[in-house]
Amino acid sequence: MQKYRLKRDLCTFVLHVLGHAKSKKSVMNILVCIAKAPDTTTKIKFNSEGNALDGNGVTWIVNPSDEWYALVRALELKEAAGQGKVTIVTVGTADDDSIVRKALAVGADEAFRINLSPESAASVAEQIAPWAKGQPFDFILTGKETIDFNGSVVGGLLAAHLDWPYIPLIEKLNVENGRATMFRDIGGGTEEIEVNGPFVASATKGLAEQRIPNMRGIMAARTKPITVVEPQSYSAKIEYLEFTLPQEKGACKIIDPNNMDELVRLLHSEAKAL
Amino acid sequence: MNVLVYIDLQNGRPRKSSAELLTYAQKLSGAGSVTALVLGHSLEDLSALGSFGAQRILQVSTPELTHFDGLVFGQLISEAAQFTGSQAVLLSFDHSGKAIAPVVAAKWSAGLVAGATGLPQGTRYPVKAFSGKALAKVNVLTEKIVVALTPNSIPSEKNGSSVAVESWIPSEIPASKIKVLSVNKNTTDIPLPEAEKVVSGGRGLKGPENWGLIEDLAKELGAATACSRPVSDIGWRPHHEHVGQTGITIRPNLYIAAGISGAIQHLAGVNSSKTIVVINTDAEAPFFKAADYGVVGDAFEVLPKLTQAIKKFKADQA
Ligand SMILES: Cc1cc2nc3c(=O)[nH]c(=O)nc-3n(C[C@H](O)[C@H](O)[C@H](O)COP(=O)(O)OP(=O)(O)OC[C@H]3O[C@@H](n4cnc5c(N)ncnc54)[C@H](O)[C@@H]3O)c2cc1C
Repeated sequence: MQKYRLKRDLCTFVLHVLGHAKSKKSVMNILVCIAKAPDTTTKIKFNSEGNALDGNGVTWIVNPSDEWYALVRALELKEAAGQGKVTIVTVGTADDDSIVRKALAVGADEAFRINLSPESAASVAEQIAPWAKGQPFDFILTGKETIDFNGSVVGGLLAAHLDWPYIPLIEKLNVENGRATMFRDIGGGTEEIEVNGPFVASATKGLAEQRIPNMRGIMAARTKPITVVEPQSYSAKIEYLEFTLPQEKGACKIIDPNNMDELVRLLHSEAKAL
Repeated sequence: MNVLVYIDLQNGRPRKSSAELLTYAQKLSGAGSVTALVLGHSLEDLSALGSFGAQRILQVSTPELTHFDGLVFGQLISEAAQFTGSQAVLLSFDHSGKAIAPVVAAKWSAGLVAGATGLPQGTRYPVKAFSGKALAKVNVLTEKIVVALTPNSIPSEKNGSSVAVESWIPSEIPASKIKVLSVNKNTTDIPLPEAEKVVSGGRGLKGPENWGLIEDLAKELGAATACSRPVSDIGWRPHHEHVGQTGITIRPNLYIAAGISGAIQHLAGVNSSKTIVVINTDAEAPFFKAADYGVVGDAFEVLPKLTQAIKKFKADQA
């Protein structure tokens, strides 16, 4: 090791070590977009106008792929880096603070809520994009889709507004010195890709494992900040109407397990499925 | 209205959904025109797209487009929409469509219908919501519109004749910020979201070593394979086979489920399948309530018998 002369050289030494540490350890600054969704066991019913879910008795959860995959992978990357911050953002009303607390309990550091009841993916993205622009996020993660509208387009809209590359359906993500490598599902295969600089990606199964918040996390979440941001003005491009429940199936025909020829005959001549 | 249809290439060939998209576009366009746009090099003669209703076929075939980038493709499609004077852009609600549609909608300031399941009434497009637990209409308030059509929504019709392919040169091809390091394709598999027939297995199959039963039947039917969530969670099957509310949503013509109980989250992803067959030892399994045909029996015995019966049926038909 080099010899350092006292005082001045000690400073140089410290700076040298710090500089070295800095180049090895990166500071992760990650934004995760989360949405509120009805619990998966919810019996779906609608208001009398048929244009919204009847929220009576509905338990709200953090949309599963946002929480299980996007948020947890963000936390893992921050933990591996040793320094940084995982920020969550949601577009919603004060009713959504409970699910924001849940995400904070899982481990996010701070939360922002853009105060608007969104009527489509476009309104979510058009609120988050201008707010996120200019903030020093390394990248943004969303879940692969929400389980209420199943649009899977918030990430793509956000990327388009920010002019950042968009990588949908990632099942692996590593980030080192600003270089991100990931595997994405391309339907019947995977693609390994590299991105330098900020990007938006949507998280799917495989990226991480669900984390159940522990008591410490839940207690800590109570005092973490949720900052309310006032929404930008904006005009709706679409609206959801005429919600209905699908037609119930008729009675199921029971077939003798020893007569598969009969099943095949019915699938061919009755169901026209063969 | 004039409709621009984005035709996605898979392994250098137009995807199966192309015929369905063009049929849909022809019905949507009314007196307007239908233009098909292909980005990248095709191994197949594209002029055949005309037989499904494309009146004009544009192709941008440069090496930069070998690898997919939703931002780049979306930008090119927005420019093509402008160039062709289109009011609607139509694409498939699949892996690539989900990455492109939002980019086109944002760049072109259009209303976006994510996952249309049929033709609109006026400006109202049918969609599914709550992971298949409900139906809804998306009313589009903008003049310009991007429609991402769920695969297997309408039957395709041959309605037209072959058309010459024009090479189209966009004002610029934006540089991709995504570098593809490697591609891993299982070319033999039928992509699950597009498959017309699907055979699916659950925890009742006891272990990954028994999946031959599912695969044999799928092979005989020309079907894709799928599974329930716990099966992919424990690693018996790959993640992309997981169907349901937190997996993928499918709507094949035929869904055969063996050893799957039919939990509400599973049903959400498969209940718009046209015909559902359930094989389960437990006559009380909830799946039977959502099934068209049920077999109360041991999957280990029933599956091989069914495979045999299909084989025989095919031989008789031939
Ligand atoms: C938030 C959340 C999201 C979820 N999302 C999904 C999802 O997207 N998709 C999904 O599938 N699940 C999902 N689940 C899980 C779901 O609740 C069920 O636990 C799961 O679908 C059960 O899988 P299974 O039917 O394979 O297994 P089990 O429930 O264990 O059922 C096995 C079935 O096999 C039958 N069986 C046993 N032996 C045989 C045999 N020899 N022959 C024939 N039948 C046999 C049994 O009678 C039983 O009905 C979710 C759960 C939660 C909480």
